[in-house]
Amino acid sequence: MVSLCVLGFLVLAVLIGPLVWTVPIDEIDFSKRLQGPSWEHPLGTDDLGQDLLARILYGGRISLAVGFAAMAVAILVGVIVGAIAGMAGGRVDAALMWLTDLFLSLPELPLLLLIIYLFRDSLVGIVGPEMGVFILIVLIIGGFRWMPVARLVRAQFFSLREKEFVEAARALGATRTRLVMVHILPNSLGPVLVAATIDIAAAIIAESTLSFLGLGFPPDIPTWGRLLFDAKDNLDFAPHWAIFPGLAIFLTVLSINFVGDGLRDAFDPRRVK
Amino acid sequence: MTSYLIRRLLLMIPSILGISVVLFAVLAMAPGDPFEELATNPAVPPEVRANLRASLGLDDPIHVRYVNWLFAMLRGDWGFSFVSRIPVDDLILQRLPVTIAVIGASQLLALLVALPVGIYAATRPYSIFDQIANTLAFVGFSLPTFFTGLLLILLFSIHLDWFPFVYRTQLDSTGWQWWWDQFRQSIMPVTVLGLFQGAALVRFVRSAVLDVIRLDHVTTARAKGIPERAVITRHVVRNAMIPVVTLVALQMPIIFGGAIVTEQIFRVPGIGSLLISAVLSNDTPVIMAVTFVFACLVILFNLIADLLYGWLDPRISYR
Amino acid sequence: MTEETLRDLIGRVKRGSLSRRGFVKRVAALGLTAPMATQLLAVTGAAPAAAQSVPAYAPARRGGGALRILYWQASTLLNPHFAVGTTNQDSSRVFYEPLAGWATDGTLHPILAAEIPSVENGGLSPDGRSVTWKLKRGVKWHDGQDFSADDVVFTAEYSRNPAVGATTSGSYQGLNVVKVDDHTVRVEFERPTPFWADAFVATAGVIIPRHLFANFNGPNSRDAPTNLRPVGTGAYRFVSFAPGDTLRAEANPNYHLPNRPFFDTVEIKGGGDAVSAARAVLQTADFDYAWNLQVEDEILQRLEATGRGRVNIVEGGNVEFIQLNTTDPNVEVNGERSSITTQHPAFRDPAVRQAMALLVDRESISRFIYGRGGPATPNFLNNPPRFRSPNMRMEFNVARANEILDRAGWARGQGGIRQKDGVRLRFVFQTSVNAPRQRTQQIIRQAAQRAGIEIELKTVTASVFFSSDVANPDTFTKFYADMQMYTTTMTQADPQRFMNQYVSWEISSRANSWQGRNVVRWRNEEYDRIFREAEGELDPVKRAALFIRMNDLIVGSNHIIPIVQRPLVSASLNNLRPVLSAWDSTMWLLSDWWREA
Repeated sequence: MVSLCVLGFLVLAVLIGPLVWTVPIDEIDFSKRLQGPSWEHPLGTDDLGQDLLARILYGGRISLAVGFAAMAVAILVGVIVGAIAGMAGGRVDAALMWLTDLFLSLPELPLLLLIIYLFRDSLVGIVGPEMGVFILIVLIIGGFRWMPVARLVRAQFFSLREKEFVEAARALGATRTRLVMVHILPNSLGPVLVAATIDIAAAIIAESTLSFLGLGFPPDIPTWGRLLFDAKDNLDFAPHWAIFPGLAIFLTVLSINFVGDGLRDAFDPRRVK
Repeated sequence: MTSYLIRRLLLMIPSILGISVVLFAVLAMAPGDPFEELATNPAVPPEVRANLRASLGLDDPIHVRYVNWLFAMLRGDWGFSFVSRIPVDDLILQRLPVTIAVIGASQLLALLVALPVGIYAATRPYSIFDQIANTLAFVGFSLPTFFTGLLLILLFSIHLDWFPFVYRTQLDSTGWQWWWDQFRQSIMPVTVLGLFQGAALVRFVRSAVLDVIRLDHVTTARAKGIPERAVITRHVVRNAMIPVVTLVALQMPIIFGGAIVTEQIFRVPGIGSLLISAVLSNDTPVIMAVTFVFACLVILFNLIADLLYGWLDPRISYR
Repeated sequence: MTEETLRDLIGRVKRGSLSRRGFVKRVAALGLTAPMATQLLAVTGAAPAAAQSVPAYAPARRGGGALRILYWQASTLLNPHFAVGTTNQDSSRVFYEPLAGWATDGTLHPILAAEIPSVENGGLSPDGRSVTWKLKRGVKWHDGQDFSADDVVFTAEYSRNPAVGATTSGSYQGLNVVKVDDHTVRVEFERPTPFWADAFVATAGVIIPRHLFANFNGPNSRDAPTNLRPVGTGAYRFVSFAPGDTLRAEANPNYHLPNRPFFDTVEIKGGGDAVSAARAVLQTADFDYAWNLQVEDEILQRLEATGRGRVNIVEGGNVEFIQLNTTDPNVEVNGERSSITTQHPAFRDPAVRQAMALLVDRESISRFIYGRGGPATPNFLNNPPRFRSPNMRMEFNVARANEILDRAGWARGQGGIRQKDGVRLRFVFQTSVNAPRQRTQQIIRQAAQRAGIEIELKTVTASVFFSSDVANPDTFTKFYADMQMYTTTMTQADPQRFMNQYVSWEISSRANSWQGRNVVRWRNEEYDRIFREAEGELDPVKRAALFIRMNDLIVGSNHIIPIVQRPLVSASLNNLRPVLSAWDSTMWLLSDWWREA
């Protein structure tokens, strides 16, 4: 419950926060550089004298959206590929695992550069710059993180489909779809939930790496990962600059994990009391 | 079993070939130029650049270059680095020992920490130990390695002055002193990497064990009066190993591939830093060789994982 | 001040009726800087061309222990004529030497030459068509063989052999190298060449041993074992090399200068990032010297406060600047954007360009971002001092920018953005990914916003931005944006190569695969004419005046906005005495580095 509240608070803060805390995110004031927290700037300022609270609130919208969307892409693709491979076996399995191996071995950096080069302009042309960049980032991060999920789900399927209760259901004439949806999939979600929480953190951080390739959002958009990266060289002089975005990512991960654990316990029929 | 193994091994050949085609195409089409720095240098006439490109075969069509590369590779010729102008295999061999030592140690550390902690936490869900382990794990994977690495440097190198933060391949010392110096310079990169990977692994192990601990045969075993310790090791852990084996198999190739960010922070001359500098300077032969070996390892370890599934759970049939 | 007065004064110095100090004083009274004055004396032959520009070498003995150097980029090969980029040039310079190097004040310092050629010593022909180099005697290669004129002649042959693919070949075109005797070499130029100190000088001029490379002067050049195990004449000789990681060297006991080198061993470690390299010298003192610290100065100052080391700033000619496109990046002409046949809809109005120049807050950018690593400058051509224009001014004034735009008829429209005849002042501003550049972008964007100009920031990863990849739209030479910013480097103490960036025949276009150096695509007949004149002008005073005029023309057009100079910034321990130069490699005089007790 507490974790749900924290998560809700974070989401509300980044949605409504910028309306309440109306300090502009890009107001440069050299006389107020690298200041620690104060009443005027509750979370301090960065090296251009920009207000960090405003920046964290604004950047949080993007970081959270990217984190959740990329996680959703990774999990969805991973579960579908893993479930099909695990259920079908044989040639389908071999083909899908080849695909997984391929994605695992692709070097990210050249591929990213290729993707920007091939698709950025056309996508931006279709859906506009912000949305285009967002879709691209989500697809890229998601597209590079579904493979472990697929292999985990597939392994779970291998093991579960031979279990007694599945055998029993099969003997009772359950259809294949029903077997998967009702009996196997829910029982294989343990690792998936863990992967989901790790992927959110990874996506928020990965977004900042992308902007260093010129692929992410423009450099003046203060996403959490970007704030953390910009702050790192000043860590010993201005720790507040790094601590608050770091804390924001940590709280997000923490609350999502507890929500995930709660969900699992709530839906598990054989829950340990 | 044996025929299955042979079939899988044979199947590796077309899949590796297929992957190599895709890799080569991606690299050939990716933007960039090995002679980037020459472009801004007024002393180098454009003809020199054009000449260099031609001499390295960069102006040939992609399929010609691929076939050339493939046949050279089959002959054991890994090609020449554009940037270093030496054979690629020499470059990789120079980096391999350090990579295996540092990354291997960190993987080992991750496993050694994550397995017991994860299992113990799962047997006592929501206990204080579990809570602490979980929180630390969350900190571990919500902070990026560039950040934790820097934190360790500030603390242990700059404030306490215990460990050096520049990794040196050729230490001046000998004997025990050498081992001690090696230990001091490796401990920070190994810790950063080990904890980052260990953090995720703890969560996976805990979840996998929790899943199994609730299954019927475990309850049955308990009901039969088998001691708790035996129940955990014999019935629970073995069954929970399937997702863990999957994950470890996914991570093993990294021992060859290196870890780009951590290597960069501590200046560890591993394969990760070789790869990134090759990518940034578009040194295609090096990128191709490293990613190709990496791909082979990915396929190999995933095959090993598939075989282990059957050993861990004999009901999984090989088809 | 007129050329006449200057000549008269210089003549008096030459005749001995005016002291050098007196000359500097009088010239200073006329508005010229002291360095400019001393250089004028030097280049006109009134003072030794090789001025006392290198600090005295104090140690009376060798055996100074280990020297540890940190580069955040690692070198990958050790053949100086294959070197792509500074790191490789620097590490090969540990072993190899040229005939002469450039000291940091822009004068020549003899290394393998016995003296610097001049008209007085007969080394330079008065018609500017040949240079005669006298070589030092008794110099030996690390393997014991004698160094001679044959090696010098061979170096030129090797470098310009197209089959070798040397990156230095540009320095050996249009000239002929003749061996006069075993210790004399004459370089003959096809045309009168005022800037003769290119071949055999500094980075492009390092001499390689003929006896080891003669069999590899062709397509097999990359197979030469010496590429990875260099044998030079330098103060340190090769021990071991791991490409992309560590280079080790030890003192050369037979070096051709007394008491040198000071250190027993040299280790150059590569990799990592600039900030932690600075930490390893300034905070922990694990290393003696860290190269090229492109780090925000504020961080460096805080690290320096530890008191273990200091930051060295060496001023050169590199300049960070903004280009305002002369052509339209959004119109395609025969498949080519930013085509020379188009005009930029907004920047063709001088008022818009003037306003943009007023909106760049160079003082703040310099003070808060680059610090000592980037003094604000109104000039494109800043160094050597005799080429620096006194005529340009810089000003940051949003109110005036607004006024100018109002007067030119650019009225504020929707969203406060100015427009005129359907053209909105909305620009895409691109640069490479680099922390100080992104900070600068933000500062400029904010100022522009206040003047009703909207700027969209775009960043491109450096390996793409600076590539010459014809297929990629994001390279700086394609310039498919309204504005862009980068540093252009000046590699020689002479501006001829530097100032060809604005001649019309260098315009970057599809016809030359975007290899042209004139990226901003600016055209000016007067500029072209003056440049041609300077190419053949042998009188150094006149020549300097021509380059100053070129600077004033391009900067005055406001199509380029210089922001800050980029001196070379490095860190060293307090007791280390490195000898650095902005016009030559970091290692150009490694033989003279020493450590105070």
